[in-house]
Amino acid sequence: MKGNEAIAHAAVRYGVDGYFGYPITPQSEILETLEELMPWDTTGMVVLQAESEIAAINMVYGGAATGKACMTSSSSPGISLKQEGISYIAAGELPALIINCMRGGPGLGTIQPSQSDYFQATKGGGHGDYRLIVLAPASVQEMADFVGLGFDLAFKYRNPVMMLADGVVGQMMERVKLPAPRPRRTDDEIARTCPWAVTGRPEWRKPNIMTTLELVPQAMEDHNKHLQEKYRLIEQNEARCEEHFTDDAEYLIVAFGCVARICQKAVEEARAAGIKVGLLRPITLWPFPAGEIKRLSKQVKGILVVELNAGQMIEDVRLSLDEIKPVHHFGRMGGIVMDPDEVLVALKERFEL
Amino acid sequence: MARITGAVDIDRERCKGCDLCVVACPCNVLTLQTKDVNDRGYHFVADTAPEACIGCAACATVCPDGCITVYRVVEKP
Amino acid sequence: MTKEEIKQAGTVVACKPRLLNDNTMHYCPGCSHGVVHKLVAEVIEEMGAEHIAIAIAPVGCAVMAYNYIDVDWIEAAHGRAPAIATAVKRLNPSRLVFTYQGDGDLAAIGTAETIHAANRGENIAIIFINNGIYGMTGGQMAPTTLEGMVTSTTPYGRRVDLNGYPLNITDLMARLPGTCYVTRQSVHTAPAVKKTKKAIRQAFENSMAGKGTSVVEVVSTCVSGWKMTPEKANEWMAEHMLEKYPLGDLKNVDNE
Repeated sequence: MKGNEAIAHAAVRYGVDGYFGYPITPQSEILETLEELMPWDTTGMVVLQAESEIAAINMVYGGAATGKACMTSSSSPGISLKQEGISYIAAGELPALIINCMRGGPGLGTIQPSQSDYFQATKGGGHGDYRLIVLAPASVQEMADFVGLGFDLAFKYRNPVMMLADGVVGQMMERVKLPAPRPRRTDDEIARTCPWAVTGRPEWRKPNIMTTLELVPQAMEDHNKHLQEKYRLIEQNEARCEEHFTDDAEYLIVAFGCVARICQKAVEEARAAGIKVGLLRPITLWPFPAGEIKRLSKQVKGILVVELNAGQMIEDVRLSLDEIKPVHHFGRMGGIVMDPDEVLVALKERFEL
Repeated sequence: MARITGAVDIDRERCKGCDLCVVACPCNVLTLQTKDVNDRGYHFVADTAPEACIGCAACATVCPDGCITVYRVVEKP
Repeated sequence: MTKEEIKQAGTVVACKPRLLNDNTMHYCPGCSHGVVHKLVAEVIEEMGAEHIAIAIAPVGCAVMAYNYIDVDWIEAAHGRAPAIATAVKRLNPSRLVFTYQGDGDLAAIGTAETIHAANRGENIAIIFINNGIYGMTGGQMAPTTLEGMVTSTTPYGRRVDLNGYPLNITDLMARLPGTCYVTRQSVHTAPAVKKTKKAIRQAFENSMAGKGTSVVEVVSTCVSGWKMTPEKANEWMAEHMLEKYPLGDLKNVDNE
């Protein structure tokens, strides 16, 4: 099935409580599939086509504030519209899953795949000092798996999670094993596990208030400090990546999402041509697997960062190193996806091989 | 005929002196204390003619800050 | 009888509702918000609904409404309260869900969310404070500002050729099939306050009965923005605002 369809199926099976979305190419199949599945009749999941991306993300904010597992999905221009709401969700420390099936920009851009929202996803995106946990799926299987992983991390840290996919993984069809269905959490479970949830005030407790307003400067700074402590903890615990042929690598390619799969082919071709190159694929873009890249950087002669953008993740790769090593970029933009040969040519050119 | 009498209690510390209760009172029970202020610096209202109160609660109804408690007694002849 | 004897022998006919807590409200003296807050607290209390009430606060003067009424609250981004209420009610259908919004929040930046929530017939109540001005930011023009009305951004009065017409969004909502009860009330006199309380009760009961969206507009004053005493503001409101925003029920499906 398509990556977008896999997300929809995985959401129902995970026991997601609410999906709120607005159509935009190339991710509309998520909403379409959910409407077709009619999960309100089976699991009780709420699915709603909102009047805008802005409304949709605020529905997620409201639903998440009541302790429910809520998600939305969109593509680049729609994600820009959601940024205000995402900032509120991060500030309110609410668990939620946001899927960005990236397309080329800036502006209305194109409907073709891109990775040009890397900065927006990993550096905050909206206003204020906050971070999203960012997962980068490279297969239809991961599109399905990261729904569950995303919600697990979101609830573990009370932090919004973004699945930063792209038009390629959203649209391509692959075999997939869907997770086993599990029931949605009951109201009692929510009350027990989310004591902060806005559920209506029983007599024995004070009102639960979900607000992101804090007019006392010291309290506002304290809240920011608390958030930063949480982010440091996430950085320590949750950086994930995958390595291919790195053991004896003399050169390293770093790529995420669909580009990592193209680069895997390029690595195989390079190896056949006698060039010892390895691949590191960050699975979490934030927290960034800086430690692994630092370790490998000591062993290799140079690093090539391959992205569908003008050079965004390359900044995090450079920040990961503690010694000067050549780090180069190869990218295509505007919805054009490179092929493995282009990557190989770029590798040879950049490092004069 | 039964005679209805009332009394008011005013939380002078909560009062902001907006004067709306004074305007609403049909029996001129209340006046704004323009020479005195509460702890927050507001003039406040006092029941300067308490014997005129009929316990109609118009003052408490229009009070934006919930400062007024109204009591009512129906005296049978 | 002396005052003390009356207090001893008499019954309490009016007092601060229990759900309206002891925090001093930040509103200006004479602000209509206080009266409506009190009514909301009274109605929730009388319905015995505090354990199921989920209120959505706006951005604007009432942004900190959650500090005053002791129920569970969500503070919304500017204009988005009806979207939040939509999700809260759909995910928690047994709850009493209502928004509390001003004219800027509801009729300018949140027009889309307001109209679409009402058009979907979400089972929520919307309490709409219309004082024709942006109070919190210092008295700028609102969508509901009257023609000719002076604000800090219409210093020579609102001109329709420059600023467009006052938006009667409640009339608009009454025309939507998703609304079940749309009414316009005020709180400038004791009888008006009593009617508004009845309207809020009706709206909350509709939400619980699943009849659709209820809208209670409260034509209000802004003493600071209008630069008038509370008494004068009430008079000015009755004289000018009610002509453009006449009081009464615009729609009640129960009576049809």
